Amino acid sequence: MSVIVWIVEATWPACVDATRGHVAPDTDIVLLHVTAQDVPAAAHHAYTRLLGRGHRERDPGARLEQLAATSAQELLDAAAARLGRACTRWQRTGRPEREIVAAADGAELLIVARDGDLTHLGPRSLGPVSRFVVDHATCPILLVWPQTAPALTTIPPPPHDHP
Amino acid sequence: MSSAAAEALSVVLLAAVLGFAVFRPRGLPEAVVAVPAAAVVVLTGAISLDHFRAQAERLGPVVGFLAAVLVLAWQCDQEGLFQACGAWMARSSAGKPRRLLVHVFIIGSLITAILSLDATVVLLTPVVFATAARIGARPGPHVYACTHLANTASLLLPVSNLTNLLAFAASGLSFTHFASLMALPWLVAVLAEFLIFGRFFATDLDVGAHAAAPGEDAAFPVFALVVLVGTLAGFVLASALGVSPAWAAAAGAAVLTARALARRCTTLGAVLQAANLPFLVFVLALSIVVGAVVDNGLSGALGDLVPLDGSLLALLVLAALAALLANAINNLPAVLVLLPLTAPAGAGSILAVLIGVNIGPNLTYAGSLATLLWRRILHQHGTAAGIGVFTRLGLLTVPAALIPAVVALWASLHLIGG
Repeated sequence: MSVIVWIVEATWPACVDATRGHVAPDTDIVLLHVTAQDVPAAAHHAYTRLLGRGHRERDPGARLEQLAATSAQELLDAAAARLGRACTRWQRTGRPEREIVAAADGAELLIVARDGDLTHLGPRSLGPVSRFVVDHATCPILLVWPQTAPALTTIPPPPHDHP
Repeated sequence: MSSAAAEALSVVLLAAVLGFAVFRPRGLPEAVVAVPAAAVVVLTGAISLDHFRAQAERLGPVVGFLAAVLVLAWQCDQEGLFQACGAWMARSSAGKPRRLLVHVFIIGSLITAILSLDATVVLLTPVVFATAARIGARPGPHVYACTHLANTASLLLPVSNLTNLLAFAASGLSFTHFASLMALPWLVAVLAEFLIFGRFFATDLDVGAHAAAPGEDAAFPVFALVVLVGTLAGFVLASALGVSPAWAAAAGAAVLTARALARRCTTLGAVLQAANLPFLVFVLALSIVVGAVVDNGLSGALGDLVPLDGSLLALLVLAALAALLANAINNLPAVLVLLPLTAPAGAGSILAVLIGVNIGPNLTYAGSLATLLWRRILHQHGTAAGIGVFTRLGLLTVPAALIPAVVALWASLHLIGG
């Protein structure tokens, strides 16, 4: 049993801070980053659409895959440094929402940051990927705000009661 | 040979040329099949000697122009221009993903317009990814922006896209006249893409990022920038003097090459490789084969479908037809097919075709049905990744960019005159 911390660009510091604040010191901690495959694939396909250019070595898709792997490694290193505790680093590639749910199966806890519309409280504070993870994960989830949560007054007014 | 037999032969050869170019067994150059196919259509008389000669005379300078632009872009990369663009975007975005997207749109549109779509796809995209990673922003919106701008922002200048160079040669327009007619369509199309990207990628753009760590950037390549500005001025000057603007591109490429050679930063072999000779030969051979297909019956068959009265509706239909054809085959053969059919109707119709073949490829994932089928058959790695995002984005952006761009072209034709 371990605690899985989802490390994703921009919102990861909040997840690491929540781990430090809420997870007991002797727990196994896994920092998990998933590189979305579609971004290098988009660059690869932009190149294949150019007819007749030859030179497969110029395909930017391959370059982006390398850059993505380096960037993921750096992100996990930064997260481990901020955590300041013993931890395991997992680097996966694929569809982030599916990889996260699969990796968190049987975990003690999954720590996720909100990444949707962060200006007010509401269901849209989850973007499509984190929405999928929250809906489909089999384990308990700790859901944190990546920044200070909006005030309670930002909740939309209740619908009119029917008499 | 009868016309029907010649048409059948030409179509089979064209299919073989395109199939080979997509499949590329053992990584062989595309010209390996295209050149023999062109030789067959010439030797069997499927294309008349007169037409062959005319085609070669018209396309020779186009291919030279293309080579100059390819070398110019490559030399700018060697001088560090793209890295400098990345450093500027990282600094000026100040840790705000939405601001980074604005700057990616500005840089991507300018690079595509001046140094062609190849430069954006091959040289700028990795820089943009690294820039997003450097400020901790999610890379998706910015990389997709590069892939889209390579098509949409290639409307502005004859040098922006090979399709433009071909149309430019057929249109009889001057460089500046072409640019002035396409300026408004270019702006409108890029703006439409930007508005859709802002909403489509709202999640990734709103989560924030951090400011770039300072002090690791190389000096700005002033020399390359001066040469680029000089080349642009050369285009305008050449246009005013009635000289081919290809000479301005060649001069720009020559200056950067001479400097790199003098400083022993490059070799002539590397420059020749950047000029991509097999690609240039492929373009020539492909245009000969397509010429045979058009001569022997396609022009008659498509002629009735193509409205040439220059009305707004006719321009819209032309652009839509061109976009569909670009997705069915590829935009390069598509423009080669449509140019001879639309050229008699004047510049307006040619430019409408260009808007279609340039923006259209954003619609489908693989760029053409043929490519998609090949990849399905081959189960190539990464085929499925991102097809959903790509298709939804394409369905939103292509009509939203294409229709206003054609309306803008129609307005420009009335304001400036074709």
